[in-house]
Amino acid sequence: MEEPLIVSLKDIVVDFDGEKVLDGLSLDIHDKEFVTFLGPSGCGKTTTLRVIGGFITPRSGTVSFDGRDITALPPYKRQVNTVFQKYALFPHLNVFENVAFGLRLKRIPEEQIRSKVLEMLEIVGLKGFERRSIHQLSGGQQQRVAIARSLVNQPRVLLLDEPLGALDLKLRKEMQLELKRLQREMNITFVYVTHDQEEALTMSDTVVVMNKGNIQQIGSPQDIYNEPCNAFVANFIGDSNIVEGIMIKDFLVSFAGHEFTCVDRGFSRNEPVQVVVRPEDVVIVPPAIGMLNGLVREVIFKGVHFEMHVDVEGKEWLIHSTQASQPGELIGMNIGPDEIHIMARSEV
Amino acid sequence: MLRTKNSRWAAAPYLVWMAVFIVVPLLIVIWYALTNSDGAFTLENLTSIGRYTSVFGRSLLLAAEATVICLVLAFPVGYFLSRLRSNKQHIMLMLVMLPMWMNFLLRTYAWMTLLEKNGLINKFLGLFGIGPFNMINTSGAVVLGMVYNYLPYMILPLYTAMTKIDDSIIEAAQDLGSNPGQILGRVLIPLSKPGIATGITMVFVPSVSTFIISRMLGGGANLLIGDLIELQFLGNSYNLNLGSAMSLVLMVIVLLCMSFTSTFDEEEMEGVM
Amino acid sequence: MNKHHSRLLQRTYLVLIFGFMYLPIAVLIAYSFNENKSRTVFSGFTLGWYKSLLHNEMILSALGLSVVLALVSSVLATVLGTLATIGIHSMSRKSQLIINNISYVPVVNPEIITGVSLMLLFVLCGRLGIGGDNGLFGWTTLLIAHITFNVPYVIFNVAPKLRQLDPSLYTAALDLGCTPRQAFFKVLLPQLSPAILSAFLICLTYSIDDFIISYFNCGTMQTLPIAIYSMTRKKVSPEINALSAIMFLVILGIILISNAADSHVYRKNQAAIRRDAAGQKEVEAA
Repeated sequence: MEEPLIVSLKDIVVDFDGEKVLDGLSLDIHDKEFVTFLGPSGCGKTTTLRVIGGFITPRSGTVSFDGRDITALPPYKRQVNTVFQKYALFPHLNVFENVAFGLRLKRIPEEQIRSKVLEMLEIVGLKGFERRSIHQLSGGQQQRVAIARSLVNQPRVLLLDEPLGALDLKLRKEMQLELKRLQREMNITFVYVTHDQEEALTMSDTVVVMNKGNIQQIGSPQDIYNEPCNAFVANFIGDSNIVEGIMIKDFLVSFAGHEFTCVDRGFSRNEPVQVVVRPEDVVIVPPAIGMLNGLVREVIFKGVHFEMHVDVEGKEWLIHSTQASQPGELIGMNIGPDEIHIMARSEV
Repeated sequence: MLRTKNSRWAAAPYLVWMAVFIVVPLLIVIWYALTNSDGAFTLENLTSIGRYTSVFGRSLLLAAEATVICLVLAFPVGYFLSRLRSNKQHIMLMLVMLPMWMNFLLRTYAWMTLLEKNGLINKFLGLFGIGPFNMINTSGAVVLGMVYNYLPYMILPLYTAMTKIDDSIIEAAQDLGSNPGQILGRVLIPLSKPGIATGITMVFVPSVSTFIISRMLGGGANLLIGDLIELQFLGNSYNLNLGSAMSLVLMVIVLLCMSFTSTFDEEEMEGVM
Repeated sequence: MNKHHSRLLQRTYLVLIFGFMYLPIAVLIAYSFNENKSRTVFSGFTLGWYKSLLHNEMILSALGLSVVLALVSSVLATVLGTLATIGIHSMSRKSQLIINNISYVPVVNPEIITGVSLMLLFVLCGRLGIGGDNGLFGWTTLLIAHITFNVPYVIFNVAPKLRQLDPSLYTAALDLGCTPRQAFFKVLLPQLSPAILSAFLICLTYSIDDFIISYFNCGTMQTLPIAIYSMTRKKVSPEINALSAIMFLVILGIILISNAADSHVYRKNQAAIRRDAAGQKEVEAA
């Protein structure tokens, strides 16, 4: 069932010193959705988040919330809360007072504040930390305080600006699952900004891939990974081999000097295309029965798999395999029809 | 490094200097305050200060007024400067400090010429048919002189404290529902407390002990503690014992002010610990 | 309130405050070119006050005294203070705390107290017959007073630098064959020299600028601020305006030059970084 729209951006333009950071961006976010803005630094993802939060007023375009235009509404009047990149906890207040900050502004009775704050601290796993100064907390704990401080106000939408960026890898993985759990438990919309594609794929219902102030693709993690709409998305989401090819006819594509059956159709005959093959989708076979043959240049052990750089007719391919070949070895490579993804040719 | 027994001797000349020219003179002040001109012990000097209560009261009042005005004027300046880009901040800081480098006698003299009966301000007001006002030789002129001379001493520590407040802290407060007034009361003021404390001391102490500003801008009618002390040491009412007693009281006032502002600071420290 | 308005409000406020800070100085400078001796009429342009200032015996000798006094007292204060810092550094925490607290006294005490307490000491010395018939007051007392209020600034400037210094530097120097004396002069002092230099400059400015402490300890001598004070006592003296203008220009000049030097170094560094980065890219490309 499709949830109703909660945030809607229309033709948003933002420029800093004449440089366009968002160039006519439009986007709909549904209620109770976990949406992630994904892109390289400078792509405009944080700016988009700050437009929703109200910290940036767009030069043109409208921001609607629940069908109401809130473009000119200051941040403190929006039903939206933000978890900042470096947490932005108040250094002069302890954990309890940090979380209670928003509630105190609403002049809620003291007992209610107390019970709400304690409940929220328990939810984020910081029971018993109320009296601590925030300087006594680890990065992960500060993160939890920042989340509790926002969620205790029961926002309709929680904005998170690369909240896990400062944490180490293991803690980051833990917090990813935790955030997902919180989102389900609170049953509200999370809008999440990251440059880490793995994080985006793990947590999101919907991923918005951005580059240079524009949206490249919107879709579920599976869609984005399996059906990238252009070379930028294919490149940014996971490793991929992108090669030039010719669409001979429906279901038949030629690249790397070989013709492959595929599942794509709807291109014109002999249209130049780009072909995406994920490194893990290449099957290594003896050279005699390989659709393609390649010379192994380098083999790197990555724990779960081996990463191999293979020279196929002068182009380097990336292959992930659980079996190691030797550098200098000639190998055969097979690619199944389902693993070949065809895109119209683009510049990137 | 260099933590050898021998290197301690490097401090010896200074320790002697410190003892003779810092500690001993203060002890002499106390001794003079507690003796009469024959060198006999007496509390008369201290008790006779009671006659000058109005002067002490005026000094405290005018210095407090100047401190409050400086705080109110400087707070926005410190905030605005701390939000500028760093290259602009640099230029603005230079602009704040530049007048401090002018000798304060010259700065005060400038106000003498402006505030005079036929000075520039009265002439300007005269163009609109207002005035002339009697501005110089009033207590208002003295406060103005203090504010003008010591405003940078308030701006600089406030600015320093506020540069440590990240933009995102202010945004977080907005995000959680603070309107501009609440941001000021709940975030900006508490977080700039160390700067406020330093600023208050740096304005109040020279203001309460000045004798030049009151003499140049206040005329004879607005004597301050500093003027009284100066009169006992170099002026007509030459009385080193009474002057020392007054100095002692002034020191106590300053110490009280500083312990007040440092508790201000310690609260802050507790929050940090 | 939208962002544009609040920015406008900010600008207006800053302009007003800076106007308040600079207007009196500007008026002072403007009147230095006024032909008329009175401050009420602007009758015509003249450089006459500058000329008469430069022939004013009192001002010139006061300036001379101030400069010599500042140089001598700053050199002595810097040496005394640097030695003290190194000595204090190797003392126990407790002694450090006591000494630092006493050193703070001249910094936080009202200047008038420092002034009169030193004066009392010198008066007492005079009564005890030290300093001959005329007493000590004059050059000696001025020098002592200036050194006394300057040394703490040296200590508080150099001590943090000394604390930041890598302790293994000194050990490394000894390890490489330096005697303790060589280690001090070849390793330690060069590391501290920027802090020592800035402490020296601070002393110079405090010394030249000081009025209150000098006032109580100058005897019959006149430093520049004391000469200025005696000029302000005379009701009309446009030479003061000329003097203000000159001092303002000198200060402005010093600040601009030091600023330009800073930004020159900065730009050079930036250029070097960019050059390195470009070189790096070429290497990668190759």
